[in-house]
Amino acid sequence: MRPRDPLPYLVLPALALAALAVMSFPAWLTLTVAGIAMGCMLFLAASGLTLIFGLMDVLNFAHGGFVTLGAFIAVSVVVTWAPAIGGVALVALAVLAAAVAGALLGLVFERVLIRRVAGAPLRQILITMGGAIILQQALIVLWGAEPLPLPRPENLRGSVIFAGAALERYRLAVIGVGVVVFAALALTLKRTRLGLLVRAAVENREMVESLGFHVDRLFRLVFAAGTALAALGGVVWALHAEMVTADLGADITILLFITVIIGGLGSVGGCFLAALLVGLADNYVGFLAPKLALGTDILLMLIVLLWRPRGLLPVAEP
Amino acid sequence: MAEPPLLTLAGVHTHIGRYHILHGVDLAVAAGEVSVLLGRNGAGKTTTLRSIMGLWRVSRGAIDFAGQPIAARATPDIARLGIAYVPENMGVFSGLTVAENFRLATPSGRFEPQRLAQVMRAFPVLEQKWQVRAGTLSGGQKQMLAIGRAIIAERRLLIIDEPSKGLAPVMVGQLLDALLALKRARTTILLVEQNFFLARALGDRVAVMDDGRIVHTGTMAALAEDVALQSRLLGLSLESHQ
Repeated sequence: MRPRDPLPYLVLPALALAALAVMSFPAWLTLTVAGIAMGCMLFLAASGLTLIFGLMDVLNFAHGGFVTLGAFIAVSVVVTWAPAIGGVALVALAVLAAAVAGALLGLVFERVLIRRVAGAPLRQILITMGGAIILQQALIVLWGAEPLPLPRPENLRGSVIFAGAALERYRLAVIGVGVVVFAALALTLKRTRLGLLVRAAVENREMVESLGFHVDRLFRLVFAAGTALAALGGVVWALHAEMVTADLGADITILLFITVIIGGLGSVGGCFLAALLVGLADNYVGFLAPKLALGTDILLMLIVLLWRPRGLLPVAEP
Repeated sequence: MAEPPLLTLAGVHTHIGRYHILHGVDLAVAAGEVSVLLGRNGAGKTTTLRSIMGLWRVSRGAIDFAGQPIAARATPDIARLGIAYVPENMGVFSGLTVAENFRLATPSGRFEPQRLAQVMRAFPVLEQKWQVRAGTLSGGQKQMLAIGRAIIAERRLLIIDEPSKGLAPVMVGQLLDALLALKRARTTILLVEQNFFLARALGDRVAVMDDGRIVHTGTMAALAEDVALQSRLLGLSLESHQ
């Protein structure tokens, strides 16, 4: 097989090494772990967005709403089950409930809104923006407008000291979850027939249909998987902040779009790479030049797009 | 009694947006034969093939395959009746390997060894490129992959749109050999082809299209021998193209 272009993969180590040159090792290690953890959280929330765009050419501006939904579901699960179940098991239950709710609502959303505007990008943008507003207001009706606490379990609190650096337990756990989800997605896409169909349909929907496969059914499955991932990402974001507001998804939507654009729209590998890049850059810049922190993501996107207009790891063109 | 045609189109009209492209196409494809659709650019050949596959919705008329009406069916359901389609742009998945391209065209993802061997004999270069990303293949190799993929599983009809388009002469020769092997195996093929040399070598029957209608049908042998008819049909088309 033709080797892939290694340059995009070298960006991360180059950035990390450049940061190491200008700070102490413990500070670098703390920031690097925090950056990778933030990258994993971003990936969890953004992977569904890139999958949905890649396969369906739908930029779902309501994606953030599914992130918020996941977070609220986690609150309800914790409030309901906290006395009976504790620790990581409770988090696992919250994640499962959020993912199922995200998938089910995603199926409804696809049926009611997305399917009506297939192939009409402008209408898709308008209808998904409208959907985002409806979803956010519905969540406020159900859970209220006030911030709700979502405390982390005891065993995900505190830090471990490694090589003189304090590394938060929760961030280490998030890295574990992010890597597992990425590996599962990558393996599904690379090794299974379903993944093969998704990759092929991302490239050329019409040809996949001409080979006898109903791509619209595949779309529904991928849309539900994408919104389930968004809800999962919502749980992880909410546990990080230990608080849920109805604005959670809307607040990170721009960051999610920046991530999938940097990675290459439709590319899961690119999304993971871009999420790590955004996470690391945010943490390093926030530490070294706090005044620049607000513009880091936009600047990063600008630089990447000037270098690679289709993103770091774009999907193949037909 | 003569066997009924495998595929028939009767009075097929197709609109693309507000443009009326096909104006009542009547066509029959007999089983075990190679039927060639000729005509100038824009005559409606590709639209006819896409209408058969359900990629453009037919606005009026009937399309029957093996006795079943298919005009209202979805593309995947039409393909599952045993129709393989090789579009003009070949439809190769550039980001997938050659092996993955083939695997997608099998019903279960597994190859039937005899069939795979037969395809590899027809297109030996694909065996060497088995794990190579299809996007890196040459134009001719991509065309071989597209046709090989169409025959990797058992099909009742192959629909091939301009396979020689953009290929170097040496590749056209290899392609012709492979298509002749399919013809010898009595594969039913509906072929759109601008290269008259290739069309003549392969075709049993021919239909000529102009302005969204079939303007001539007959045997390829008759058309090949009748220079005046060639000139009238194809010359007429060329003139209207200018």
